[in-house]
Amino acid sequence: MQKKPPTDAFLQCDGCKKTLFRNDFEQNLRVCPNCGKHHRLSARTRIEWTFDEGSFVEMDENLHSVDPLAFPDYAEKYGQAQAKTSEKDSMICGTAKLQGKTVAIAVSDFSFMGGSMGAVAGEKVARTLERAAEMGVPAIVFCASGGARMQEGLLSLMQMAKTTATVERCREAGVPYIAVFTDPTMAGVLASYASVADVILAEPKAMVGFAGLRVSKQAGVGKVPDDFQMAEYGVAHGMIDRIVHRKELPAVLTLLVETMGAGK
Amino acid sequence: MAKSYKEWEQPLIDLEENIAKLRERARREIDPSKRIAIENLAVEYETRANHYIEVMYARLSPWEKVLVARADKRPYTQDYISGCFSDFLPLAGDRRCADDQAILGGVAKLNGKGVIVLGHQKGRNIQERQVRNFGYARPEGYRKATRLFEIAERFKMPVVTFVDTPGADAGVEAESRGISEAIAASMLKMFELTVPSVSVIIGEGGSGGAIGIACSSKVLILEHAIYSVIAPEGCASILWRAADRGADAAKALRLTAQSALEFGLVDGIIDEPKGGAHRDPIEAATSVREAIISALAGFEGKSGAEIKAERYAKFRAMGIFGE
Ligand SMILES: [Zn+2]
Repeated sequence: MQKKPPTDAFLQCDGCKKTLFRNDFEQNLRVCPNCGKHHRLSARTRIEWTFDEGSFVEMDENLHSVDPLAFPDYAEKYGQAQAKTSEKDSMICGTAKLQGKTVAIAVSDFSFMGGSMGAVAGEKVARTLERAAEMGVPAIVFCASGGARMQEGLLSLMQMAKTTATVERCREAGVPYIAVFTDPTMAGVLASYASVADVILAEPKAMVGFAGLRVSKQAGVGKVPDDFQMAEYGVAHGMIDRIVHRKELPAVLTLLVETMGAGK
Repeated sequence: MAKSYKEWEQPLIDLEENIAKLRERARREIDPSKRIAIENLAVEYETRANHYIEVMYARLSPWEKVLVARADKRPYTQDYISGCFSDFLPLAGDRRCADDQAILGGVAKLNGKGVIVLGHQKGRNIQERQVRNFGYARPEGYRKATRLFEIAERFKMPVVTFVDTPGADAGVEAESRGISEAIAASMLKMFELTVPSVSVIIGEGGSGGAIGIACSSKVLILEHAIYSVIAPEGCASILWRAADRGADAAKALRLTAQSALEFGLVDGIIDEPKGGAHRDPIEAATSVREAIISALAGFEGKSGAEIKAERYAKFRAMGIFGE
């Protein structure tokens, strides 16, 4: 058993186990002042902390799963996730502004069934990328997902194809598509739209990988490096452009939008 | 619940062995009346075996489909390539670092015309399985596929892919060389094609490793093949912490060819010979060849832009949700 912090004014960092003042922690954008761990954010908090104040216009907010396979316990888990997060599904999308410049955004919420991608999340990513292409504005997608949502069976595997197809739309329209990998960005999400962004940023130490560590160990004969499946490992292996601290993200995204999006 | 195809098929194997023994005994029998009696018994057993096959395959449960789809007797990509095309010339390498033999590909002729053909290749014996990495393709495999798709586009050759993989390689090495990016880039390239493409799921359509080469204008699936977002054992161990509940997961996942068609996620089912593709690989390849030819014929006279737009529209519409 872990020791619980004595009151709500404190919390324990699950990265370094140090007890932190909640105020300091919040002030620091939920980055541990001791070990630098970037703790997970809800999609709404993420939007609030990244884009111009009050600029977010939510779209497609009524999309929800209809449990097409009548998969055991899915409806119940789905209802619980909705109650817990007050969200309809694991992805929120719409438009927002960065220093006054409009961008199309989709932001994943890990707390909703592990950010898993079913038909709703896939559709929202697809609509976001299409919207960016139609409006001629950059697309920014924040990833936070364990992968495809198995409760939607093959329909969720097809979201990998669907979302990747819409990346082509951005390329044709000449609008930049930027992905930000947050903790964790895995499996079916990583192996589809996430990995074919024009620019890929990641938060420090975010877990980024194709399979869970246990599966990778079973599959591979090689030694597992200490930083395996961390964002830094992705940078070292040429899969990610930059690690960006949470507090630098708005400025870095703005610079990318101003430079790459200048043609529009 | 049988755990393997071998276990599931054992009663049939026993019957067939008995038939062979009876035939042998009849051949050696000198007494004509006794010989006739033995031959009659063999015929009776054969009728029983045929009936058994019919009953077994008439209504395979989802789990039995998994066993059949994974059966090591089943024809593999190489068998379909030689059965469907002439003059196949394998091409190798990703032009980066290696050649992944879990994906086999090259140029071939179909009705005298050049096509690009590729697919996951499993192995038949221990050495071959190791060389083919049990059909788990590595990043180099998807990058070789991407390269071949580029050749197809440049020289206006139709693309045919065969899908038969438990999944992509999830090992440390594959991760270090960007297995996720390799799969995504391969899919993206398939969506860029202005030539028609056909994918045939011949055995196991295993998650990301399968869709990585299955974003085609037409996706066909063999009658007893499976197509799934996750292996049923993996699903069972995540959901119920019980990998041995694969049969329950197989049912819940709706991973059969018939379900895939019902949900509109594949364009057609190719019937298999009685008792499965492995009981008559030549007939199976003939059906696959006909299905490929007829799928490609549907694109004659269409412009590259139309072909590309049609493929996009098909995949774009996949997904059931409320709004
Ligand atoms: Zn810490």
